[in-house]
Amino acid sequence: MTTSGTSATAAPPDPDSAPDPNSLAVMASTAPVGNGIGDYARNYVSRLRGGDMGSLPAITGLVVLVILFGLLQPSFASLYNTAVLLTEGSGPIVIAMGLVFVLLLGEIDLSAGYAAGVCAAVMVRVMVGYNAPWPVSIGLALLTGIVIGTLIGLLRAKLRIPSFVVTLAFFLAFQGVALYILNNGKGQQGNVSVTDDVINGINNGQMPLWAGWLFAVLCVLLYAGVKLSASLSRRRAGLSAEPTSVLALKVAGLAVLVGGMVYLLNQNRAIVKTSSIENVNGQLVRVAPARLEGVPWVIPLVVVLLVIWTFVLTRTRYGRHVYAVGGNEEAARRAGVQVDRIRISVFVISSFMAAIGGILIASNVKSVSVDNYGGNTLLLAVGAAVIGGTSLFGGKGRVIDAIIGGLVVEVIYNGMADLVKGTNGSAVQYVVTGLVLMLAAAIDALSRRRAGAAGLG
Amino acid sequence: MTRQNDPPLLQLRNVNKSFGPVQVLHDVSFEARAGEVISLIGDNGAGKSTLVKCIGGTYSIDSGEYLFDGAPVHVRSPRDSAALGIEIVYQDLALCENLDIVQNMFLGRERKRGLTLDENSMEQAATETLASLSVRTVKSVRQRVSSLSGGQRQTVAIAKSVLWNSKVVILDEPTAALGVAQTAQVLDLVRRLADRGLAVVLISHNMLDVLEVSDRIAALYLGQLVAIVERSSVNQTQLVELITTGRSDSITGVPAGAGLTGASA
Repeated sequence: MTTSGTSATAAPPDPDSAPDPNSLAVMASTAPVGNGIGDYARNYVSRLRGGDMGSLPAITGLVVLVILFGLLQPSFASLYNTAVLLTEGSGPIVIAMGLVFVLLLGEIDLSAGYAAGVCAAVMVRVMVGYNAPWPVSIGLALLTGIVIGTLIGLLRAKLRIPSFVVTLAFFLAFQGVALYILNNGKGQQGNVSVTDDVINGINNGQMPLWAGWLFAVLCVLLYAGVKLSASLSRRRAGLSAEPTSVLALKVAGLAVLVGGMVYLLNQNRAIVKTSSIENVNGQLVRVAPARLEGVPWVIPLVVVLLVIWTFVLTRTRYGRHVYAVGGNEEAARRAGVQVDRIRISVFVISSFMAAIGGILIASNVKSVSVDNYGGNTLLLAVGAAVIGGTSLFGGKGRVIDAIIGGLVVEVIYNGMADLVKGTNGSAVQYVVTGLVLMLAAAIDALSRRRAGAAGLG
Repeated sequence: MTRQNDPPLLQLRNVNKSFGPVQVLHDVSFEARAGEVISLIGDNGAGKSTLVKCIGGTYSIDSGEYLFDGAPVHVRSPRDSAALGIEIVYQDLALCENLDIVQNMFLGRERKRGLTLDENSMEQAATETLASLSVRTVKSVRQRVSSLSGGQRQTVAIAKSVLWNSKVVILDEPTAALGVAQTAQVLDLVRRLADRGLAVVLISHNMLDVLEVSDRIAALYLGQLVAIVERSSVNQTQLVELITTGRSDSITGVPAGAGLTGASA
């Protein structure tokens, strides 16, 4: 019963936390903690055990699926199909990137698919009906996305309608709005063709080969530069930094991945490779087939979006506050975070990204029709984010999850499409995608429980 | 330690607060001095939480005076009280489990360098703060809060107030969910806050905790502050009497009001 300051230091140590008298001193010293690849690996394993699985299940799944489909049907692993897979997947992936922000707050945006449809419809209508140049039509589509997101966000944050209901209502309404825009106004009706070469070129055009390599080099340099400067400044500040060996491995890994991808995409992937004899002006000439090579333009676009949003989420105060609101809204509010503003903003980002996704889908098929933005688009996008490792419960997720999960979904879609021939093809596709989404949600829920248990311990 | 001659850092005089027809606080006069732990005790519904929320600015007072450092102030929102240097550590720990210790300690007041967060300086400051409080149980300040024990979480929440150079720290039931060893650690930390010159207000149901760590004890009974007594002049039985009946004939200390008017004169 003493009030002196020494009473608790003499108390028995907390058995749960294994107090280490030197731990803080070590952290404050200039010697980085655990400066070895072994320690790093051990940390990683213990994080996994604690339920922090990150993208590991998705990456494992991706590798397994690619091998599986590749063995089952050689055409799946062809260069041509790889490029198709990447360009086809770009739309849902970009929509999923926006959804990550909404999911981080534990919210859902069911309207993202048809919001993409409305934005694409706006784009194609002003382009076809009113001859707007592509920057104008794209700008209007993006603006439409921002307006839609603001509206959803205001309804959710100010009227406190659950996001599930707000966005379900918009899911229904936007289908009608997109239909109306596509079936009215000047120009083609119904399924409206995209006439602009720039927009069609995003998904159908290829970068020059040298530009692809330049892009790869820039990616690796940027990554290495960011990692290295962060590591150096941490060392300067006397904080523990990532071991150099791990850093080098990561950069090398990225270089192999990006370099390999660019190398493959820079090969001629045209299906017809043999030259043909054609009658040109009455003369028989040997005509070489058109080459199809180079990195599709959409890939650097997706990478730029990834870099921008990852920067926003991890390096800015805004991103920190998004995570905080998703983790504990009340705590964030007490800490002075403007919770309502954050909530509105994530819906704006989601719809803005949906607009970009909508444009990419239009570019991919060179036309806009409501069918391309139906329930599938949204479920693929939500599936992509969740499969990639973003939690449905909020507070956990990264932008790159959308890409990893999106590739898984796309691989399943693309792989199943040719695997199951005949009328049952799409039936099987739906079932398998649904099961994979369920599996991802189950992993999410389990790892959350596990993390909760670890947190108490 | 207690600077008896300075004006109290935080002082409320004759504060009333009603919710509709229900008057929750009747002429409450309360004070907290720098370098002192004052405990606020009272049964459920006695008005402890309301009083704390009035101090914190969540509720505005209906009538009465609110003085900070001897000067009258108007506290209308949590922002106002935070600006004065009043930090409230809530019972349900306002921490984000998905963020690490540094991120939680700087939440809402992140340091920036240009557009980006200045993670290094925040990490250093958090480490130094924890070290200065002799917190040894935390392995890494980059640990997520979800991996911390209840006592460690409480420690982080309290350390946050030190980091922000708060002058008054109000702790709402900081040991309610803790085991014996962790309670001892947190109480030790509470004591150290006062030793650093902060005014600490401890709200607790646990008389043992109150008696161990307090310099003075204030008792609320049905919305009235019935006594502010020196720790040395009371025992547990008397405190329980104060809580349950609002008076204790055996207390020889100063009754509420008398001591306060003397201090403010």
